[in-house]
Amino acid sequence: MAEPRRYSVGAMQTVTTTVAGLGMREFTGGSGDPLVMLHHSFGNPGWMPIHEVLADHYTVHALDLPGYGGPEGSDQPDWARHPRDLALLVGQWLRAKELGPVELVGCGFGGWVAAELATMSPELLARLVLVGAAGLLPENGRIYDQFLVSHSNYVEAAFSSTETFEAIFHRNGDETEEHPLGDNTLVVWDMNREMTTRVGWKPYMYNRRLRPLLGGVAVPALVVWGDNDAVVPMECAHAYVEALPDARLEIVPDCGHAVDLEAPESLAAIITGVAAPSEGASQITGGED
Amino acid sequence: MFLSYFTEQPMSAYPADEGLKEGFTSVMFSNKHYDPVEGSRLFNERIEEYKLADQVGFDGIMVNEHHNAPFCMQARITVMSSILAAITENAKIVQLGNPLPTYDSPLMFAEEIAMIDMISKGRLISGIVRGAGQESVCLNANPAYNRERFNEAHDLLVKTMTDDGPFSWEGEHFQYRVVNPWARVLQKPHPRIWVPGVFSAETIRWAAQHRYPYISLNTPLHLTGELWEIYDQAARAVGYEPGPENRGYLLRVHVQEDGDKARENAREFMWMQGEFTGIGHPYWVSPSGYGSSARRLDYAKMANAEVRGSRAAPFEQQLAAREIVAGTPDEVIAELRVVLETCRPSILMLWGNDGGVNHDDSLRCIELMGTEVLPALRDIGDELGLHDPIELDTPVSLALTPPDELNPIQEAADERPEDTSDSRALKMFR
Repeated sequence: MAEPRRYSVGAMQTVTTTVAGLGMREFTGGSGDPLVMLHHSFGNPGWMPIHEVLADHYTVHALDLPGYGGPEGSDQPDWARHPRDLALLVGQWLRAKELGPVELVGCGFGGWVAAELATMSPELLARLVLVGAAGLLPENGRIYDQFLVSHSNYVEAAFSSTETFEAIFHRNGDETEEHPLGDNTLVVWDMNREMTTRVGWKPYMYNRRLRPLLGGVAVPALVVWGDNDAVVPMECAHAYVEALPDARLEIVPDCGHAVDLEAPESLAAIITGVAAPSEGASQITGGED
Repeated sequence: MFLSYFTEQPMSAYPADEGLKEGFTSVMFSNKHYDPVEGSRLFNERIEEYKLADQVGFDGIMVNEHHNAPFCMQARITVMSSILAAITENAKIVQLGNPLPTYDSPLMFAEEIAMIDMISKGRLISGIVRGAGQESVCLNANPAYNRERFNEAHDLLVKTMTDDGPFSWEGEHFQYRVVNPWARVLQKPHPRIWVPGVFSAETIRWAAQHRYPYISLNTPLHLTGELWEIYDQAARAVGYEPGPENRGYLLRVHVQEDGDKARENAREFMWMQGEFTGIGHPYWVSPSGYGSSARRLDYAKMANAEVRGSRAAPFEQQLAAREIVAGTPDEVIAELRVVLETCRPSILMLWGNDGGVNHDDSLRCIELMGTEVLPALRDIGDELGLHDPIELDTPVSLALTPPDELNPIQEAADERPEDTSDSRALKMFR
C-alpha cells in the first residue's frame, strides 16, 4: 500500500490507538494545543497542507474515522449503524488518549460526526469548527447524493476547481499509472463509501434528532463554508449558526465544499486567527488563487 | 422436465430514443415517459398470454420483480402471482424471486406467500433473490447489508412457514415481538424455494448449501459447466449428490411457423441494447458494499469508467452461441436439444417474448411451444435423464432432508478462492 500522501517535509507520524477493540489510525504532527480533524465521507487523502499549516499552531491529529482510510486505515466497527456511533467512538478515542478538551474540526460528513460528539460530550471540546458540515436537513436545497453518482464525480463535486481536485487525486503521484485515478485511491474511496453506506444510507446525511440538541452545546463554535459549496447547501451553515448558542459564520470566497483541501491557507487563517501568508510553502500547485 | 414460460413483461411502449439520449434506462430514467394507457393494455395482453400458457401445458409460469425501469413492468411480484393464482388452473406460479433484502418485512412475504399458496391450491414455488444493487437504490434498502438481510429474512421466512406461532424474532435486521400470521402455506413442509442468479459464486454456493435448485439466468451456455461445478462441490460438502434436479436454466426462445419471422421477432430480445436489465450505471448495479470485497477494485474501476463493462454481443453471435434460440418448432427443438445436452437442467424456463413482439405473435409463440416444443422437450428430457425435483419428490431443503440421507464431505467447497464470477456477473449486467 502506498505511503500516505504528504506535501511537506514537516514531522508527521502515523499512530494507531485501540478503542473498543478497534484500531484507530491518525496522522499526527506539530506542537501546541490539540486539534483533531475529522474528514469528509470520501476520507482523508493524507497529511495535507491544511494539517501542515495548522501544525505550526497546534498538535494536529488527523484521525481516520472508524471504518475509513482503506486497508491500512481505522478498523471497521461491524455493529455501527449511524454516524452517532462513530461520534461515540471518537469520544472514547479522545478519552483514551486524554486529549480533551480539543479543537474539533469536522469537514463535511466529519462535521456531522463532530456535531454529534459536541451534543453528547461537550466537555471534550475547547471549540467546535464545522466546515461544510452535513447533519442537518436543508429546508430548500438538497445535500448532493453520492450514492447516485460515481466516486470520482462525487469527490470532484466537492471542489470548485477541477485543477485542485486533479492535483490531489489524479495519478496518485505516479505518472506511470494507466488511469488518472490510481488503484489505491479507488480502493480507499470504495471502502470509505461502503462505510458511509453502512452508517449513512438513509436518511441521507442528516439526523432529525441533532438540531434540537445543538442548543445544549455550550462551547464556542465556528462555522466555515465555501461560497461555492455544491454538496451541502449554504442554508445548512445558517441553520448551524442559529442552532448553536455561541457560533459565528465565516464564508470562504471562490471555494467549494472541501474547504480544507481547496483553501487550506484560508481555513487555517480562520481557525488560528492568524492572517494567511501570501505564499504558502506547502500549497498544492493549482490550488488556491 | 419442468417447463416454464417467462416474459419480463417489457414496458415496450416507452420512447426508446429518450433512453438513448439519456444514456441509461433505469433508476433515474424519468417515469414521465411511462404511458399508463399503454401500461394497461400491455398488462392485460400479458394476462391473456399467461392464460394460454397455462392451457397449452406449461408446467409453470415464472414471474419476477424490478423497479424504475422499462425492461420489466412488474413492480411487485406478489401482484402478478396473486392474479395467476386466480386465473390459471394447472401451472405452478414460479416466483423468481421475491427480493427479500429490499423490503423491511419478511413477515409480509410470509403472509403473501401463504395466501397465494392457498388460493392457487398449492401451486406456488417461492423463489427468493437478493435483488441487483439498483433495486436497493430504488427501494432505498441499504445495499451494504443486502446479503445479511437476505440470509436473515430467509431464515425467518422458513421458520414462519414451518413453525407454529406465536414466536418472537430478535434478529440483527428484523425484529418482531409476535410472529403469528393467520395465513399458513398449504404445501407441506413449505412451498419449494428456488434461487435464480446470473453467476455469483457466493449465491450459487448458498443455494447448493440449502439444497435449493439454482436457476441460471441466461448464463452463456459454455459457462454453465463451471457454474454447476461450483454448485456440485458445495452440495457434496454438505452431504448430498446433486443432479439435474438441482439445475434450472432460463433461455430466450422464440417460435413461429415461419423461421425467418421468428428470428426477426427474436431481435426484440436485443431491444434494450441487448441488456436485459436495462442500461444502468455500475454504481447503481453494484453499489459499494453490495458485492464481494475481493472484487472491490474491479467494481471501482468500472464505476469510475476506467474499465468499460462489456456490451451484449451482436444478435447473430448470440444466436450462434444459443444464448438466443429462434426458429420454427423443429429448428428450436434441435437447438434446445444441444442446450439440454450441454447444460443438463431439469428445470427449463422459456423466455418467449420480449420488447415489441406484438400480442398475436406472442400468443402464437406460446401456442406453438405448447403443442410442438414442450412434448418434444419432455421426450428429450426423459432420454437424457433430466428429472425435476417435483417429479422426484426431493426434499425441499437441506434442513428438511433426513439426516441419515446426508453424507457430508469435509473438503469444504468454500475453500475455493474467490474467482472472477462476480465480475463476470457484473459484466453481464453491463
